[in-house]
Amino acid sequence: MSSTADVLPATGPARPGCGVWLHGVTRDVDPALLATTRGMDGAAVRAVRAAGLVAVVSAAPLCEYGEEALRRNLEDLAWLERAARTHHAVVAALSRAAAVVPARLATVHHDDTRVAGQLTARRVELTAVLDRLTGHDEWGVKGYVVPGATPRTAEPAGSGGAGAAYLRRRRAQLTARDEGQRIAADAALSVHEALAGHAVAARRHPPQDRRLSGASTAMVLNGAYLVGQGAVAGFRRLVDSLAGRHPELRLELTGPWPPYSFAEERPAGPALAVREPAC
Amino acid sequence: MTTQPPPVVQNSGQVLPAGHEPANLGDILERVLDRGIVIAGDIRVSLLDIELLTLKLRLVIASVDTARQIGIDWWEHDPWLSSRARPPVEPGPRDPEQVEAERRPRVARRAARREERDEFDG
Repeated sequence: MSSTADVLPATGPARPGCGVWLHGVTRDVDPALLATTRGMDGAAVRAVRAAGLVAVVSAAPLCEYGEEALRRNLEDLAWLERAARTHHAVVAALSRAAAVVPARLATVHHDDTRVAGQLTARRVELTAVLDRLTGHDEWGVKGYVVPGATPRTAEPAGSGGAGAAYLRRRRAQLTARDEGQRIAADAALSVHEALAGHAVAARRHPPQDRRLSGASTAMVLNGAYLVGQGAVAGFRRLVDSLAGRHPELRLELTGPWPPYSFAEERPAGPALAVREPAC
Repeated sequence: MTTQPPPVVQNSGQVLPAGHEPANLGDILERVLDRGIVIAGDIRVSLLDIELLTLKLRLVIASVDTARQIGIDWWEHDPWLSSRARPPVEPGPRDPEQVEAERRPRVARRAARREERDEFDG
């Protein structure tokens, strides 16, 4: 058994005129899963093995995924959607079977040897990440402001004409709005901290714009939580109870996701709270 | 590729407190473009290019209906990608009422000054 790219189960090495699109790295993969999972070119994905790791790849015709073409295509929303969904579907299928380190979109190599080289070069890091991810899934919790759920400040009394009364009322409205935002932000923080306490790692991502979220009110929490597969029921219950405790927020749970938010060994940003696995 | 993509996310079905929202494209794009491990590929569409991509996309989609559906502008909140990063809660555009409310005291002060002057002159 050599430690280079020695197993090429499905279609063999990259075809001429094709790059090698990396979907993700795992420890091992069932050939049946490879055979039933479609990659970027619509054909089955393949495994490139090296350094005790498996890179799951698919053929990426250079006319579509070469440097120039990719640059152009990434700006085509329809193309981008198709590529993103295809890549994500492969990563999700792998993730359902075993721990996977998802690759960022558009990681393309010239050939399998180059991919194997990356596995070898980054073996220590990839192995550590896989160890950390094994038995865990990513769950997303988004929190939206519930309008009117924050306390209204009482209308201030006072003397003066209609103009003064208007200004007082207006000031009170603005104060209430600031107060509402502060209350929502505080609630988001305490929800995040409670969820992080139930996760082995947690991250807060920038809230999505309303057009992205499709929600009618502002998002104040866009959290990702790495949760042990045995702890999911408890995590769900916690989300439920937090929703009850914080009527000022509407919470939305999505998942399980492949661990996109926890793929880097040392993720950037101070918002990350990585703790030792609880069990 | 035209086949129906598999259900990408098994949504919990426990959207709280009500409703069921399947994984949307925005959620997926946010993850595949912005997260996941960075491994240097040979085809150099690097992170830098993806930053450019998102910035360009912002321009491209600004006037397109798709933008409303997809709304790809999470970078607006990301200081790394945008100088226009905003706080988590967007106060929204200034409403005319507010502008008016801020204007009123100034108008009132000007009127008062005019009155003083008028008294002095008279």
